[in-house]
Amino acid sequence: MEYFLLQVLNGIQLGLLMFLLAAGLTLVFGIMDLVNLAHGSLYMLGAYFAWTFMGWTGSFVLGALLALPAALALGVIVELVIARRLYARDHLDHVLATFGLILFFNELVRVLWGPAGKSITLPPALAGTIDILPGVPYPTYRFAIIVVGAVVALFLAWLVTRTRIGMLIRAGASNRRMVAALGVNIELLFTLVFGLGAILAAIAGLMAAPIVSLKIGMGDDILILAFVIIVIGGIGSIKGAFIAAMVVGQVDIIGRAFLPDLLKKVMSSSAASTAAPSISQVAVYVLMAAVLVWRPTGLFGQRQ
Amino acid sequence: MLTRLAAGAAALSLFAAPAMAQSTIKIGFISTFSGPQAAIGEDMRRSANLALEHLGGKMAGKTVEIIYEDDTFKPDVGKAKSEKLTVQDKVNFVTGYIWSNVLLASLKTVVDEADTILISANAGPSQIAGELCHKNYFSTSWNNDQTPMAMGAYLQSKGVKSLYLMAGNYAAGRDMLAGVKRTYKGTIVGEDLTKWPDQLDFSAELAKIRSVKPEGIYIFYPGAHGVQFLSQYAQSGLRGQVPLYQAFSIDALSLPQQKDLALGVPGAQQWVNDLPNEQNKKFVADFRKKHGTYPSFYGAQSYDSIMLIASAVEALKGDLANKDAVRAAIKKANFKSVRGDFAFNNNNFPIQNFYIQETVKDSDGNFTLKTVATAMTAAKDPHHEKCPMK
Repeated sequence: MEYFLLQVLNGIQLGLLMFLLAAGLTLVFGIMDLVNLAHGSLYMLGAYFAWTFMGWTGSFVLGALLALPAALALGVIVELVIARRLYARDHLDHVLATFGLILFFNELVRVLWGPAGKSITLPPALAGTIDILPGVPYPTYRFAIIVVGAVVALFLAWLVTRTRIGMLIRAGASNRRMVAALGVNIELLFTLVFGLGAILAAIAGLMAAPIVSLKIGMGDDILILAFVIIVIGGIGSIKGAFIAAMVVGQVDIIGRAFLPDLLKKVMSSSAASTAAPSISQVAVYVLMAAVLVWRPTGLFGQRQ
Repeated sequence: MLTRLAAGAAALSLFAAPAMAQSTIKIGFISTFSGPQAAIGEDMRRSANLALEHLGGKMAGKTVEIIYEDDTFKPDVGKAKSEKLTVQDKVNFVTGYIWSNVLLASLKTVVDEADTILISANAGPSQIAGELCHKNYFSTSWNNDQTPMAMGAYLQSKGVKSLYLMAGNYAAGRDMLAGVKRTYKGTIVGEDLTKWPDQLDFSAELAKIRSVKPEGIYIFYPGAHGVQFLSQYAQSGLRGQVPLYQAFSIDALSLPQQKDLALGVPGAQQWVNDLPNEQNKKFVADFRKKHGTYPSFYGAQSYDSIMLIASAVEALKGDLANKDAVRAAIKKANFKSVRGDFAFNNNNFPIQNFYIQETVKDSDGNFTLKTVATAMTAAKDPHHEKCPMK
C-alpha cells in the first residue's frame, strides 16, 4: 500500500513537471498556431540560467527566482526576433525554423557553459526526505515539486478563467482572427503568451535540473512527451494539458513500476525485464492514438 | 592575383595527395562530440592527441593524421561516418567507439566491407568477443561482461546477500547485468532495465528498491546518467541505508558533478589514474598539465589504442600494404599500456587485471579515483571460447 502511494506520488510529480512544459507549448500552439520545437530549449536555458544565478548568489531559491525574469526576457526576444515572422507561414516552416533554433541554442550552451553537464546541489533543507505518512519517507525535493507545480497550475487556472488576459487567451485559442478584428492588440498578446510559455518552461527546467542534471539538449527528449500531452489534451487547452499530463505521468510510472512484475508472471524473467521498458515506452503513444480515435481534436480541443 | 594563384596551387596539391600514397598514416576516430555525452568524446580526443604528441606526431617517420568523426550518439550516424572514413578517407585504422550499439551497427562496414582494422577504444559487446569475433577487430578496452564480473566477485567476497540490479536497456546494459550474475552468487531480488537513453527519472525504480530492501544496489549508468542516478539515490534517502556499487557510472568526467555523492561508492575498472607504471604516470601527469583535469578511463583506452597502432606501424617500418602482417603486428601488442600488463587473447580482446576503485579527494581538493583492491588478475572474458579464431 505504501509502495502504491509512493508510485502514485511519483506519477503526480512527473505529471506536474510535464504539465508546466506542456502548458506553454499548448498556449503557443493554440493561440499563435505556432509549432515551437524550440520550447525544449527554453526549458534547458531556464535550468542553465538558474545554475548560473545559483552560483552567483549562493542560494538555491534566489537563483531559481532570478532565472524567471531572464527566461521571460529570452522568450520575448525569441518572439520579437524570430517567432513573429513565422505566424503567417505554414507548419513546415515553423518546424524548420524552430528546429534550427534548437541547434542554435544547443551550440550556444556548449559555447557558454561547456560540453560537460552541470549539476545543482540542493540545499540541506530540500535534500533529505520527509514522512508523508508515519514511516513512509518521500524525497523532500520531489514533494516540493508537487507543491510548486500545483501552485503554478492553480495560478494558471486563475489567470485563464478569471482575468481579462485569460479571457483574451481563451478567445485567441478559439478564434484568433475574431480577437484581432475586435481591436485587441494581438501582437502584444502574442508576445505576452510567448513570454509566459518561456517562464513556465524555465520553471519546469530549473525544477527538473537537480533531479536529472543539466545537459545540452536536455529539453529535446522531454519535448516529445510534451507534444503527446498537448495532443491528448487538445491544442490550446490548459485544462486538457493538465489532465493529459496527469494521465501520462501515471501511465509512465505504472509502466515502469508494475509492468515488469506483471510480465514476469507470464514470461521468463529476462524476457520480461527487456520487454517491459519497451512496452511502457510505447504505452503513452498507444494512449494518444486511442484518444485521437475517440476524439480527433483531443480531450478538450476546439471542434473544427 | 597572387593569392588566387596560391589558392589554385593549394587546390591542385590536394588532388596530388593520393599519388604519394602512404606518405601519411591515417587513423579514423569515431566518438560522440556533440550532445549530452560530448564530454566523453572530448576526453578521448584529448588523450589520442596526447598520445600523438608523445610520439612526436610521427609513426615510423611518417606523419600521422587522426580524422575525428561525431557519431552523435546514434547507431545509424556512426555507421555512416564509419563508411565515410573507410571509403572516402581510406584510413588505415578505425578506432574510438564509445557505445556498443554504435559499434555493432558499424562493425560490418569496417571489418568486412572495407577490410580495415578496427580497434575499439571502449565498447565491447559480448557478441564480438564470442561468435562474431573477427580478425580485423581488436580492443584496447574490455568485453562488456568483464567489469561487472569483477564487481560481482567483489560483492561475493564482501558477503552481500541480496542485490538489486539496474542498467540502461541497450546492448551494453544487458551485458553489464549478465556479467554481474556470472560471478555474484547471492540472491537477485530485482532487476530493472530502464529506457535508454531518454529516461531521466528513476523515482519509480527507487521506490521499488525501498520496498524490497536489498543489501546492495548495482548500477550501470555511464556518462550523464550516472550523475542523475547518484543525485536521485541521495535524494530518495536510500543513501546510507542501502549501499551502492557500480560499473562505469563514476569516472573522471562525471566526478566534478557527482562530487561527494560519489564518496563511498566502489566501482570496478581495468585502469585507474594512480596505477603505478611509468607510462601511466607520464600519461596522467601530462594530461593534467595540459587540461587541468584527470583523464578518464575512456581517455586511457584511446591513448592505448593510438600507442598500439604506433607499435605495429613501427614494427613494419611504416609499410601497411600487407594486411596480414599488420594484423600480426597488432596482435603482438608490443606497446606499453597505461594499465600495465596487456596481451591479446584468441578473440583479440585484452587479457588484463581489474581493480576496485573508490572516490577520494586529492591534495588540491579535487575529487578523483583511487585503487583500493585488485578484483581479478590476468582475466579473460567469458566469451572467448565461442570465438573460432585461435
